[in-house]
Amino acid sequence: VEQSPPQSPGPGKAGDAPNRRSGHVRGARVLSPPGRRARLSSPGPSSSSEAREELRRRLRGLIERSRVMIFSKSYCPHSTRVKELFSSLGVECNVLELDQVDDGAKVQEVLSEITNQKTVPNVFVNKVHVGGCDQTFQAYQSGLLQKLLQEDSAYDYDLIIVGGGSGGLSCAKEAAILGKKVMVLDFVVPSPQGTSWGLGGTCVNVGCIPKKLMHQAALLGQALCDSRKFGWEYNQQVKHNWETMTKAIQNHISSLNWGYRLSLREKAVAYVNSYGEFVEHHKIKVTNKKGQETYYTAAQFVIATGERPRYLGIQGDKEYCITSDDLFSLPYCPGKTLVVGASYVALECAGFLAGFGLDVTVMVRSILLRGFDQEMAEKVGSYMEQHGVKFLRKFIPVMIQQLEKGSPGKLKVLAKSTEGTETIEGVYNTVLLAIGRDSCTRKMGLEKIGVKINEKSGKIPVNDVEQTSVPYVYAVGDISEGKPELTPVAIQSGKLLARRLFGASLEKIYHTLFWPLEWTVAGRENNTCYAKIICNKLDHDRVIGFHILGPNAGEVTQGFAAAMKCGLTKRLLDDTIGIHPTCGEVFTTLEITKSSGLDITQKGCG
Amino acid sequence: TEDRAGQRDYDLLVIGGGSGGLACAKEAAQLGRKVAVVDYVEPSPQGTRWGLGGTCVNVGCIPKKLMHQAALLGGLIQDAPHYGWEVAQPVPHDWRKMAEAVQNHVKSLNWGHRVQLQDRKVKYFNIKASFVDEHTVCGVAKGGKEILLSADHIIIATGGRPRYPMHIEGALEYGITSDDIFWLKESPGKTLVVGASYVALECAGFLTGIGLDTTVMIRSIPLRGFDQQMSSMVIEHMASHGTRFLRGCAPSRVRRLPDGHLQVTWEDCTTGKEDTGTFDTVLWAIGRVPDTRSLNLEKAGVDTSPDTQKILVDSREGTSVPHIYAIGDVVEGRPELTPTAIMAGRLLVQRLFGGSSDLMDYDNVPTTVFTPLEYGCVGLSEEEAVARHGQEHVEVYHAHYKPLEFTVAGRDASQCYVKMVCLREPPQLVLGLHFLGPNAGEVTQGFALGIKCGASYAQVMRTVGIHPTCSEEVVKLRISKRSGLDPTVTGCG
Repeated sequence: VEQSPPQSPGPGKAGDAPNRRSGHVRGARVLSPPGRRARLSSPGPSSSSEAREELRRRLRGLIERSRVMIFSKSYCPHSTRVKELFSSLGVECNVLELDQVDDGAKVQEVLSEITNQKTVPNVFVNKVHVGGCDQTFQAYQSGLLQKLLQEDSAYDYDLIIVGGGSGGLSCAKEAAILGKKVMVLDFVVPSPQGTSWGLGGTCVNVGCIPKKLMHQAALLGQALCDSRKFGWEYNQQVKHNWETMTKAIQNHISSLNWGYRLSLREKAVAYVNSYGEFVEHHKIKVTNKKGQETYYTAAQFVIATGERPRYLGIQGDKEYCITSDDLFSLPYCPGKTLVVGASYVALECAGFLAGFGLDVTVMVRSILLRGFDQEMAEKVGSYMEQHGVKFLRKFIPVMIQQLEKGSPGKLKVLAKSTEGTETIEGVYNTVLLAIGRDSCTRKMGLEKIGVKINEKSGKIPVNDVEQTSVPYVYAVGDISEGKPELTPVAIQSGKLLARRLFGASLEKIYHTLFWPLEWTVAGRENNTCYAKIICNKLDHDRVIGFHILGPNAGEVTQGFAAAMKCGLTKRLLDDTIGIHPTCGEVFTTLEITKSSGLDITQKGCG
Repeated sequence: TEDRAGQRDYDLLVIGGGSGGLACAKEAAQLGRKVAVVDYVEPSPQGTRWGLGGTCVNVGCIPKKLMHQAALLGGLIQDAPHYGWEVAQPVPHDWRKMAEAVQNHVKSLNWGHRVQLQDRKVKYFNIKASFVDEHTVCGVAKGGKEILLSADHIIIATGGRPRYPMHIEGALEYGITSDDIFWLKESPGKTLVVGASYVALECAGFLTGIGLDTTVMIRSIPLRGFDQQMSSMVIEHMASHGTRFLRGCAPSRVRRLPDGHLQVTWEDCTTGKEDTGTFDTVLWAIGRVPDTRSLNLEKAGVDTSPDTQKILVDSREGTSVPHIYAIGDVVEGRPELTPTAIMAGRLLVQRLFGGSSDLMDYDNVPTTVFTPLEYGCVGLSEEEAVARHGQEHVEVYHAHYKPLEFTVAGRDASQCYVKMVCLREPPQLVLGLHFLGPNAGEVTQGFALGIKCGASYAQVMRTVGIHPTCSEEVVKLRISKRSGLDPTVTGCG
């Protein structure tokens, strides 16, 4: 697999627009004396949108480099008042007289896009948009102006983000775009098996991305079987090569890691590959791989350290078991595998491993996919069972022993029943733990600055604006308490909330089985795929739950989620025209309520 | 006629056993009415015929999506080695095996429709019908036997058939259409597809995908009526994946050479120069004509459009004759789509027999073109939005994205693109959504609903993405065309 560059320019690309904080000094020319007319926008035949973007960039440059930046008109009395105010404060200002540059009108337009203010004077102090004349004087009277003028370089950074995962990085980039000086600290503590990875956090390295790619690899195995029925001819037994796949996936991940590095650099965000630990207010100690320590200060902090897989705490678990942290970069095929846990991580991993033709067993303590609709969860389980995954229900491992070393080796697992005294033994090549995840909040000095954490879960309580108990410290992502760890959970929690609010008896459930068209010719089983919606009778049959079990479930669900956001009702579903022939269209023709008990098997074309 | 009313054979007679007609019949039967369906498939000029269920099931959506799936599987087979599956390439494709499997599935659907009618006690006649008077239809069975059927209400749902370019020498003798392609026993071989409709592009797409040398001849613009930026990207993608295009050309004659190949002569419309090429198959996909000619509509007094021969109806699907209705492809100005016919039919029957007054809403009808890179859309095209609201009042958000599955397989994603057309005034009502990428139909369906619910850009942006999918790109659209910024999605952010 060729490693593609992280960014491929698409058609219509208008040139990259990084937020350059320094460099171009051309802006200074505009401050030339009247008489010599200057232009801010570049002359020449470039397209108007490009020129506009260039102008916008230069204006931002001016705003960022100036302690006080005033966009003014030489004849405007309000502008004069503002200039006099700053001069009386003894503050030097950068002034651009819009009536004395060629493209003053364009500048004014772009400024109004940036600030929503169409008039002059338009005043910025230390990159903060203060407003026009009245606002500037108000700020002066309230003391805000003086504060803004002083607010500079008291701290090393405006914002330090601890954790370079999805949440931390998006926060960093956004802050940088808003003109803040930002640092990201990211440090991956190697897993007990020694696995480590690059910038980007769980999703990119040991979560969504590699798991969906392995899922895709497993789907391709199914597609290969299907393809014979669709006329593609090959006779050989198709085998799966773990190393080839893993290498290709890891290459892709490396390109993503690199892409994140690049995008931080483009946005002038400082990236430090070190472990962060608070030592006092506004101050963090960072330690790199070699143990060298450095201290940084910042006005504000965001904690986005995420979570790591949990271990069982039994004999042999850390020595011999792997977790999702290790699986995706495992240098050898895991062979016969025991997956411990019933989380979606557990079932997804078990699913794709079985899809490669491996012998897979899932050991489940109690229920599948806790928090999800249990009917759907059980259907997922039985589909997997029909496709070769074995389930050991109501057992927990108590000891892991190594029988043989190797790649993979051989492990003996001793497990006991959760209901009685029964114990069982099994021999596997690999034991994958997927029993939950723990927050990474305990060893970062939060107690030193007074950030409260939930002692039991390790999660950080936050208010509606993600603020922790310490006003300048925020928390985002998996570690913030009470916030969904993942999108599917967010959807589900909405449903559960609705259920709590309205009570089960006021719901009407419509459902159907369906047979994806692509499965018919392939001879895949009918009456396996299932669609269900839950409506609230008291609220015009508003749809409060949406469930689909079948191919491309993510692609199908996304749009319906948007529709639920807009107040989707059963009536609107019925009024929506299906796209034929797709799986998604079944939701437009749902007729059978669950309570009716009618047959829901599908025949024919609607 | 009052006293005759009770003596008519049926409460409802449906002419045409396609998606729309069958939906009407089943719905009316469920409401306790006495219903008959008449259906007859006039063999194509090449002699192809099929069973109950109409275009969609037999020569439309169903077989085309299955053949599209066959072509997609070809692509997946090429992806598989990147994902560790050890498949020796190239893998050849056997048309006969695919066609037989597809045809068997279609036949099982024909059977299913027969059974459903029987279960609901709908009388089915395999006869060719024409009007005798406004309440009576005469049917001729295969053996030539005639029967008369009368009904209080009559619904015409006879659909359409592919158009042949009768002015072109050899078109009828040597050309085939979508009525034939899915029922061919042997591979069509090197194929010329003439036309720029979605049928043309879909057929050319799957033929290319299963490894056939395929050329598309387009006189003017592709996918007329669809968003033109998206349409040209569909063509770009096909061209970069092996489909040949002859743009601005029109065929002038088809001849059979002594070796059995077809020699096609065409003219370049701008230079006027003639050129020729040889093909095994010529497929006409230049449009469809309504199946109204043999109905004797004038006997009943049903008006048709003089230009298109399609039946003229009002918003209640009523024709110029009060108790005669028409739905589906046979109607003037309606989208030619299965689900619209079905829904219009059901709503019509509910108004006739179920006491309902609900009208069919033909706005924001979603659809998907199953070209190799699928194109799903709902609502207005960018051109239409600008025409209706003015450039200054329209904001278009767009993104070039790369499906995750493409990365490891090393596939080119240059044409994977999504755009949302909105009003510019907050909260920026969504006017249209256009999605080019894998599983476009599955992606579009839910958003169609969102638009039905009056979704605004702000609401779509507040919807949490499902990660990692292609459809999450829709809820992550941040770059407006007006900003001129690069819309290429990089990374996961």
